[in-house]
Amino acid sequence: MNLTLTVAGSEGSRSSTAEGIHEGRDLQKSFGQTPALRGATFRSGQGEIVAVMGPSGSGKSTLLHCLAGILVPDAGEVRFAGRRLDQLNEARRSELRRREFGFVFQFGQLVPELTAEENIALPLLLAGWRRPRAFSAARRWFAPLGLDGLEGRRSGELSGGQSQRVALARGLVAEPRVVFADEPTGSLDSLTGEHVMELLVDSARRLGTTLVIVTHEPRVAAYADREVLVRDGRVSDPEFLWATDDAGTPVRDVPQAHGLPR
Amino acid sequence: MSVSYALLGLLEHEPSHGYELKRQYDEYFGRDKPLPFGQVYSTLARLVRDGRAAAEGNVPGEGPERKLYAITGEGEAALSAWLATPEPPEPHLQTVLAVKVILALLSRRSAEAYLDAQRHAHLARMRELTVFRRTAPLADALLADHAIFHLEADLRWIELTAHRLDQLAKELQQ
Repeated sequence: MNLTLTVAGSEGSRSSTAEGIHEGRDLQKSFGQTPALRGATFRSGQGEIVAVMGPSGSGKSTLLHCLAGILVPDAGEVRFAGRRLDQLNEARRSELRRREFGFVFQFGQLVPELTAEENIALPLLLAGWRRPRAFSAARRWFAPLGLDGLEGRRSGELSGGQSQRVALARGLVAEPRVVFADEPTGSLDSLTGEHVMELLVDSARRLGTTLVIVTHEPRVAAYADREVLVRDGRVSDPEFLWATDDAGTPVRDVPQAHGLPR
Repeated sequence: MSVSYALLGLLEHEPSHGYELKRQYDEYFGRDKPLPFGQVYSTLARLVRDGRAAAEGNVPGEGPERKLYAITGEGEAALSAWLATPEPPEPHLQTVLAVKVILALLSRRSAEAYLDAQRHAHLARMRELTVFRRTAPLADALLADHAIFHLEADLRWIELTAHRLDQLAKELQQ
C-alpha cells in the first residue's frame, strides 16, 4: 500500500524564515498538582490562521497563554520570530505582548468605564502614542466594522455583537503580528458570530497578521486555514499525521498523534 | 420521490415543457446531480397518469418533444400536502459513523484514530463550504449553511463518542 501524508489547506501560507514564526515546543504547565499541558507542541507561520480546538479543560487556553507570554511554561520553549519568549522577564514579556501581540477574548472584556473609542485606542495609548494620533487611528476602525456613531458608547450601552466588534478592533488597532482570539464568538448568536468571524479573518488577512483562534466550535474553526486539536494537554496536528492510502482513505493504526515535533 | 414534487412545483409556477423543466431543475436543485432527460419524461408521464399534471398540447413548430405540461388541481393539492409534511429525521451519515466506531472496537482497531480522521475530514469540508458561502448567491449560501450545520451535528457526535470509547469498548466485550 502506498502511504502518503495528507497536507491540507495551507499551501504557500507558511513562511519559510524565522520571521514571524511562532512556536511552542514540548510545553508543560501545571496548576498546583493539576497538569494542564503535558508536552504540547505548536507552530504557526506569519499570516497563518490556525484554529486550536479541543474540549473544555483540554489545555487549549493554557497553550494560548503560554504562546502569548502571559504564562511561562514549567518546561519547554516558546519562540517568536527566533526569540525565546519563556526566558524573558515579566517586564520584557509585557513589552513584547504590547508591541507584537493583540488579544480578543470571549465576551469582549471591554473596560466598562471607557467609551468604545477609548477602548479601541487603549493599546496605542499604552504603547505611548499621543492621544490625538491614537484616537485618530482608533476612529478609522468604526466604519469598516459597522460601528459608526457608537464612538462615545460605553460597553453597557453596546449589544453583544457591537462589544465584540469593538474588542476585535482593540485587538487589531496596533497592527500586531499575532492576534490571539479565545472563543471570539463567545455567546453570540449564529448570524452575529458569523459576522464577527468574517471581520476578524478579513482584517487579519488584510494586515498579514497571524491569527490563533482557540475555540471548541467547529463553525468558528472552519474560518481558519487549518486546525490542531488539544487533548489531555497535548497537541495533535492532523495535517501531517494522517496517513492515507491511494484512495485517500485514512489508514487505521496511525501512530499516536500526540505532541510530535515538526 | 422529491423529483416529482419539484417538477410539480415548477409547473405550478407556469406551464412548461420537458427541456425547460430539466433546465430549471438543474439550476435550482441539481447542482451536484443533473436530472437525466429520461427521468424528466418518465416522471412527467407518471404525473399525467396520476392526474397531477396534464399535457396541454405542443409548443408551436418545435416537434414532438416539446409537449407543454400544466399542473392540475389534484397536483396542487398533492404538492401542498407534501410541503406540509415533515421529513422523517434520518441521521443517515451518523449511522455510518456509528457502524464504523463499533466495527473498529469489535475488531480491536483504533476507533480513536478513525474518529480523529473523520473529524479532520469533516472540518476540511466545513472550511471549503465556509469559503464558498461567503461569495455565493444567497440561495447557494443557504444550501452550504444547511450542509455546515449537519457537519457540525456530526462533529458534536464525534466529540461525545470520543469521550465514551472506553466505556463503549467495555460494553461491547461483554
